[in-house]
Amino acid sequence: MTAVPLPYRVVSNRPETTDTRTLTLRPVGEALPAFAPGQFAMLYAFGVGEIPVSVAGLQDGALTHTLRGVGAVSRALCAVRPGTQVGVRGPFGTGWDLPAATGRDLLVVAGGIGLAPLRPLVQAALSTPRNHGRLNILIGARTPEDLLYRSEPDAWGRPYCGMTVDRAGPEWTGHVGVVTTLLDQAAFTPHETTAFVCGPEVMIRATGRELLHRGVPAQHIRVSLERNMHCATGHCGHCQLGPLLLCRDGPVVGYDRAEPLLAVREL
Amino acid sequence: MKPTGLLAALPEGPRERLMELGREVSFPAGARIFEEGGRADHFWVIRDGGVNLDIHVPGRRSAVVETLGAGRLLGWSWLCPPHQWHLGAEATSPVHAWEFDASEVLALCERDPELDHALLTYVVEVIGRRLRAARTRLLDLYGPYGSGSPG
Amino acid sequence: MPSATAPPDADSTACVLDLEGIEALVRELRARGRTVIGPTARDGAIVLAELESADELPYGWGVELEAGYYRMKRRTDAMAFAHSAGPQSWKNFLHPERARQWTADRAPDGGMTVRAERPEPTSFAFLGVRPCDLRAIQIQDRVMIGGRHRDDAYEERRTGAFLIVVECVEPGATCFCVSMGTGPAAQPGYDLALTEVLDDSGHRFLARAGTEEGAEILESLPHRPADDITRTRAREDVEAAAGRMGRTMPDVDLRALLAGTLDAERWNDVAARCLTCGNCTMACPTCFCTTTEDVTDLTGDHAERWRRWESCYDMDFTHLPGGSVRSTGRSRYRQWLTHKLGTWWDQFDSSGCVGCGRCIVWCPVAIDITEEAHALHQESLEPQAETKGEAS
Repeated sequence: MTAVPLPYRVVSNRPETTDTRTLTLRPVGEALPAFAPGQFAMLYAFGVGEIPVSVAGLQDGALTHTLRGVGAVSRALCAVRPGTQVGVRGPFGTGWDLPAATGRDLLVVAGGIGLAPLRPLVQAALSTPRNHGRLNILIGARTPEDLLYRSEPDAWGRPYCGMTVDRAGPEWTGHVGVVTTLLDQAAFTPHETTAFVCGPEVMIRATGRELLHRGVPAQHIRVSLERNMHCATGHCGHCQLGPLLLCRDGPVVGYDRAEPLLAVREL
Repeated sequence: MKPTGLLAALPEGPRERLMELGREVSFPAGARIFEEGGRADHFWVIRDGGVNLDIHVPGRRSAVVETLGAGRLLGWSWLCPPHQWHLGAEATSPVHAWEFDASEVLALCERDPELDHALLTYVVEVIGRRLRAARTRLLDLYGPYGSGSPG
Repeated sequence: MPSATAPPDADSTACVLDLEGIEALVRELRARGRTVIGPTARDGAIVLAELESADELPYGWGVELEAGYYRMKRRTDAMAFAHSAGPQSWKNFLHPERARQWTADRAPDGGMTVRAERPEPTSFAFLGVRPCDLRAIQIQDRVMIGGRHRDDAYEERRTGAFLIVVECVEPGATCFCVSMGTGPAAQPGYDLALTEVLDDSGHRFLARAGTEEGAEILESLPHRPADDITRTRAREDVEAAAGRMGRTMPDVDLRALLAGTLDAERWNDVAARCLTCGNCTMACPTCFCTTTEDVTDLTGDHAERWRRWESCYDMDFTHLPGGSVRSTGRSRYRQWLTHKLGTWWDQFDSSGCVGCGRCIVWCPVAIDITEEAHALHQESLEPQAETKGEAS
């Protein structure tokens, strides 16, 4: 269903960090078609409005979303009580397309809340280790308290998983610095690597440049982009980025297409 | 061991001439390698282990501003005046490194323009990279409104 | 939308309708339950409105157009369609300004029921669709129902619409359909095509059918066989119109031109004039952008989702948590023009401009899309200025 939201029940709404919450939703009746990692849903807070939110988890037929309350709708969604219902439309947009990276080393680079859309990709990659080469997960956050899903990376275990923060507190014994500095620790053969990058646009550009410099082919750097979105069905015109309609041609785009577009100011 | 970082950046000839000046050292976890304000007369290339760069803040634990790992250059203040460390460095795990005496290296560079150029180019690249990273972090990108203010 | 059956050979259906035939046409369409929309003269403009009879057509009215200028003027003859695009277009009916999309109700237990808005079955007949506007309808078709997600309400209205194209014999000073390849002759996609002819032999219309339904309706009207004089006169008038376009676009690949001039100095020039009022987007027959409004009643348990037209000139159009992406007028004008002439190709495989000239006429500061395109073309021919400090 893409035109009208389907009711989903809020199964849980737990704090993820000080300013983000993770909602788990289950269909009340009819369920939406399956989402692929990297795709997004339009979440409707009753009477307030709708916003695009990537799926952050896809287990057992539930939809998991992690969001930060920065606007009227996201604040309303962050405040929903378990048991109440929200509207969901989707799935929309391009996914990360893990199958296209079959046989290649995987480099997952997340900045801040950008880890949320990458989480189902990591879970998919962990469940099919034989389909690809080495898995590397690089996570950057503002402070140690802002790291999402803190209990999970330990369970991810086997692959290289590095975390770094911009500002360390006294308890932090890990890396301090931008996320690209973790690339030195990652194990990958650049021209045989597919990178999946999500975070603020400045972080995407900095990471894209660094990966290109290291020899990862531009079309194998998959980045997830964000623009204003109202309909998610290609009809409202808001999410244009030059030739792209990000709800349709994105949000995940090859860096070969994204780089020249991101270089134009106010495109 | 496969050369990384500085050693990978240098052509073979200059690298070998530089390595003749290097000596293998190690630091236990927790060791202070240098202190802010101290005389910058050495530098290191980390082989393995981690090093925190920190700034002393009265009344609290030192603020860690960056961590360095295998292959990375530790210290560049030896290259130019005032030859003083601007940060402190502490091993966060057992560190193995090649240690270089700055005055020996600078003397070699005077005689060896090829090494001089390659080394300087590398150090400038490192400084540039750290400057870009610092500027990026200044933006507080991962904050609630990215680098902007709530609109 | 034309019926799925093979359209009849238009020429074999050619016949001549006189004014009585046009009256009968409106009567017949109404008798078939269609809401007939056509041009009328009201409020100082040619306005598209429901016709109860063909008497309401603007017989004897013409228009005087220029950039930022629109005046109706009396003609010396009684032509009904000798005027070009007015302030509205058919999108006002097919893709209305404001529409409810769904309603939602919340039960005391927190449960939510969402009901899609069922569009009222509509059966429009559009009388007097200019060839450029026929193309505009086809362009909006691609946007609204040509992709993976179809807009049901649009499809409902569009599928039911019967299109009567009237070829252009009197282009306006702001017209450039020839440059855009959309007119002044009718191109496929119509149910009926008419060419208005007025000479010593009388006031009449050369009519052709493009669909079975068109042929059937034509057959039911008082008509006579197409005579050579009428055929020739109709063809010559349309050909002459092609030679009297008030404007042209530069004869280059506009998509490539716009893709290559994102940094042009010209954008600063036009931004200094543009008020970012969005009039061009409202008047444009292909502009489709919308925003959504969510409202509740006083109880808070009944909510509605409305969709209304929005303009890419609105500051909030590109709002993100950190602010608007296109915060300057320069970037918003550039977005509109590059989309219209350039990136529309990437998105929907056609130009977004049909050469109707509405954006020129209804711009309060007389910005002319063709003039801007020519200026960009000129600038693209100039040697690239290097960015250097000036010697002092």
